[in-house]
Amino acid sequence: MAGDLGLWGIPVAIVGGAIRVSTPFLFVSLGEVLTERSGRINLGLEGTLVFGAMAGYGTAVLTGSAWAGVLVAALAGVVFGLVHGIICSLPKVNDIAVGIAMMLLGSGLAFYFGKPFIQPTAPDLPAIALGGWSDLPQVQAALNVNVLFLIGLALALVMAWMFRSTKVGLTLRVVGDSTDAARAMGLRPAVIRTLATAAGGAFAGVGGAYLSLYYPGSWNEAISSGQGLMAVALVIFARWNPVACFWAALLFGGAGALGPALQSVGVTKGYYLFYAAPYVLTLGVLIATSSTTRALSGAPGELSITK
Amino acid sequence: MAVAESLMQGSARSEGLRDTLARRAEAVVIPALALLAGLVVFGLFLLTQGKSPFSFLYYVWQGAYGSAFSWQNTLSRAAPLLMAALCVALPARLGLVVIGGEGAIVLGGVAAGALAGPLAGVTPVIALPLLALAAMIVGGAWIGASGALRFYRGVNETIASLLLSYIAIALMNHLVEGPLRDPASLNKPSTAPLVEGLRVGNLPGMEVHWGLLFGIIGCVVSWVLIERTSWGFGARIAGANVKAAQVQGLPVGRLVIGFTALGGAFAGLAGFFEVTAIHGTANASLAAGYGYTGILIAFLARHNPLAILPVALLLAGFDASSGLVQRRMDLPDAAVVVLQGFVFMAILISETLYGRFDIFHPERRAR
Amino acid sequence: MTTFRSPFSRRGFLQGAAALTGATALGGLPFGARAQALTELTVGFIYVGPRDDFGYNQAHAEGAAAVKAMAGVTVVEEENVPETMDVQKSMESMINLDGAALIFPTSFGYFDPHILELAGKYPEVRFEHCGGMWTKDKHPMNVGSYFGYIGMGQYLNGVAAGHASKTKKIGFVAAKPIPQVLLNINSFLLGARSVDPTITCQVIFTGEWSLAVKEAEATNALCDAGCDVITCHVDGPKVVIETAAGRGSFVCGYHANQSALAPELYLTGAEWNWAAVYTKMVETTMAGGVIDNFVRGGLADGFIKMSPLGPAVPEAGRKQFEAVQAEILKGGFAAIKGPLKDNTGAEIAAAGQSFLETDPALESMSYLVEGVIGSTS
Repeated sequence: MAGDLGLWGIPVAIVGGAIRVSTPFLFVSLGEVLTERSGRINLGLEGTLVFGAMAGYGTAVLTGSAWAGVLVAALAGVVFGLVHGIICSLPKVNDIAVGIAMMLLGSGLAFYFGKPFIQPTAPDLPAIALGGWSDLPQVQAALNVNVLFLIGLALALVMAWMFRSTKVGLTLRVVGDSTDAARAMGLRPAVIRTLATAAGGAFAGVGGAYLSLYYPGSWNEAISSGQGLMAVALVIFARWNPVACFWAALLFGGAGALGPALQSVGVTKGYYLFYAAPYVLTLGVLIATSSTTRALSGAPGELSITK
Repeated sequence: MAVAESLMQGSARSEGLRDTLARRAEAVVIPALALLAGLVVFGLFLLTQGKSPFSFLYYVWQGAYGSAFSWQNTLSRAAPLLMAALCVALPARLGLVVIGGEGAIVLGGVAAGALAGPLAGVTPVIALPLLALAAMIVGGAWIGASGALRFYRGVNETIASLLLSYIAIALMNHLVEGPLRDPASLNKPSTAPLVEGLRVGNLPGMEVHWGLLFGIIGCVVSWVLIERTSWGFGARIAGANVKAAQVQGLPVGRLVIGFTALGGAFAGLAGFFEVTAIHGTANASLAAGYGYTGILIAFLARHNPLAILPVALLLAGFDASSGLVQRRMDLPDAAVVVLQGFVFMAILISETLYGRFDIFHPERRAR
Repeated sequence: MTTFRSPFSRRGFLQGAAALTGATALGGLPFGARAQALTELTVGFIYVGPRDDFGYNQAHAEGAAAVKAMAGVTVVEEENVPETMDVQKSMESMINLDGAALIFPTSFGYFDPHILELAGKYPEVRFEHCGGMWTKDKHPMNVGSYFGYIGMGQYLNGVAAGHASKTKKIGFVAAKPIPQVLLNINSFLLGARSVDPTITCQVIFTGEWSLAVKEAEATNALCDAGCDVITCHVDGPKVVIETAAGRGSFVCGYHANQSALAPELYLTGAEWNWAAVYTKMVETTMAGGVIDNFVRGGLADGFIKMSPLGPAVPEAGRKQFEAVQAEILKGGFAAIKGPLKDNTGAEIAAAGQSFLETDPALESMSYLVEGVIGSTS
């Protein structure tokens, strides 16, 4: 074992923390970008995340395969997304309210069915050791990158390209910007939004599976400390841009590692305030980059939360 | 749109009593049927689990409304929820989605707990209103800040209020474990305990604290403010269309900050009652999640302050029965959360039914 | 008030209490004496978290399961009850609707004001609270508090850690800087220093009793700082144990036995043995006796126990562990003894001065001893 890194431990911890903690934020916010770009908001992804964590863990316990767990978590997310999408297609139904109720329902069902899975141990998802070039165990540990993180990064890039230059992306954007225009083009906005919500749900389910199957890597009722809700908020922060979601998730995860890292190098006073760093930092960036004179750039026109 | 709506309401008043009753009936019958539908779905869920839906319903009834004790249990739980829901419903009139009420509750409580020490010698008739005022100012400032950021900087109030709420909880933990900690609070770090005179007691003849009455008053006052004053009228116009409101010369900035701050003040008041009526000190138990439950209640009540009352009673009742269901039916504590999920989904889905039945709209039959 | 109240509980219990008062007046009977035995009793247990958290709540639920097996006893349980109005209503509901006459609200924060509030209202019900400091003349007589000297368990964890550590740096993931936690941290380090006085202990506070991601981050930060034995004091140690073991660190358990989570790296663990305590208290009540208001016990009393030593503890460590354990069982062993300074340099105990595990001063501990890296605020 190598010795103490001293103050160099802090940047190493932040990089490591960003990679470890960001993945659920990344998946949920990418899923929400997909949904919101179609003109609908799903505030219930926290419930989908928690249910995905439970379903993924439970499946992995029963089948012995972590990847089967990820698949089931994604499917569960699709189901939650479809339910949200179909209900919100009915006239006069408020998508934000349904999202909040889905948050309750998802968490409730996860806790209900999750009781038998709190105790057993499930296999973990694999990680790729990208830190082999370094002799330092700290660096090696920080660069132990989970496959899902890399998949999330790839998804962010693919989604950015999809929105920019594919027919699917263009369709989503049209539907999201104006229901009337979409109808005029012969599109069916309700169906497209429902499909987008279902896909977004799948992403959130996978984010949950990452929590229970990799980091922290177990199922319990306190597994999510509001990551799903925060990730939905990060979408506004990232201005509905998938690549910006990736950076936002990294920033949020890295700032979250600051608290423990500072304590480990001896900055031990006022740790609650350091733990609030991700929120303070996000709010600061938000205030600095917002403006009243220009509308939220990138905001889909049909989105109820930005109207 | 809002103008047209209010005009229609005006004409509704001149209609016959039967027509008005029919219209009102719609707002009762549809949610009631939805509640029933939610219960049926949950009953089917229970059947798949090999449990009897009927004994479940019986225990929910027993635990929530079946006896004087159960009613007081339900009402005690409803008290903070009323105020938490107002924190969402008031800004919603302006089209703002505020989800950070939890932070205002927590900091309102801390403000009351921190000032209770210096005010210990002051007569309670003066000290208690001062504590309540401090809690309301802190809570109002916290949520009002989200409104101000929205109006002056264009920051989305949903994300700002959520972030501020997490920051508030961190601040509370820092304060009660650091500068404000009573050294005698050994294993549960808290502010110094309130003197007996500053403890708020129960309503006469009940075992429910005064917070319930203030919550009800808050809902009624808010309803009057929204429905019967020019402020409420202005807020609804601004909520429908900011540009139109500005063209009409409405003080949109003052409305935004005023309504968010008022909502926050109610949440702060909930924190005040948590400290003075329940805990007798401010500590981490202030972050009990009432703020998040309040969001759900406000949306179910369609941001109508009077509708918050029955919805909060329903939700608090479910919570109150949770223990009995756990104990009698050997169901996990989450069973009641699942029930709430199904019932609220059903109620939200039922919104699509409004206006679809002619029986509630006699004017159409006449045509 | 309700159809659910059992006619038995109030009357039966009052009779028992009356009989006992009479007996005490006659010169006092020993603890657990037969005054008027009860034939049935409803006992309530309330947990702050899920019953099967591999930790604090599970330890209590295992105790409740042992009580459930006793003849004539009905156990009612509720989990995930927050330290708010909710717990008052849960207790009241158990009393009013289930006829519970003995209640174990097991979380520390239930005591003041919640238990105290209800104790005045229901004088015939007995409230037994874990961890509290029941004080005569200040608190009602129908309230009792009990706790175990688990600091000694952390001292033994430290002995095993001292032998296993190669980096001479050990780590502690802690929830909040409160006396019970500080005593555990200090005991852990002092146990390790009894093996090698150069060992230091890094502590990281997460600020919450149950917060999975932060506990994992804290564990990783400790591993990054070179700690190679890690223990914790949070409600559910599963995440800390699994994360530390995943980084190749040795681990010591807490609250319950976590050896199944890391069989090769688990050294030992400090466990509660509430089954023994609870069955004894219920026996006393059933026999018509009254439980002492202030109950404390350690390793020798069967309140706590150690997990079996794991394969990673070297032979020398095994020997010392067993020797220290024997000494603790014999009585009179002090983990906190002079000369001792805290980590800011202030003196805690002069040479020759010692604090036995039973010393009430330890229950208001506010310092971290020399060698612990961390601060109490």
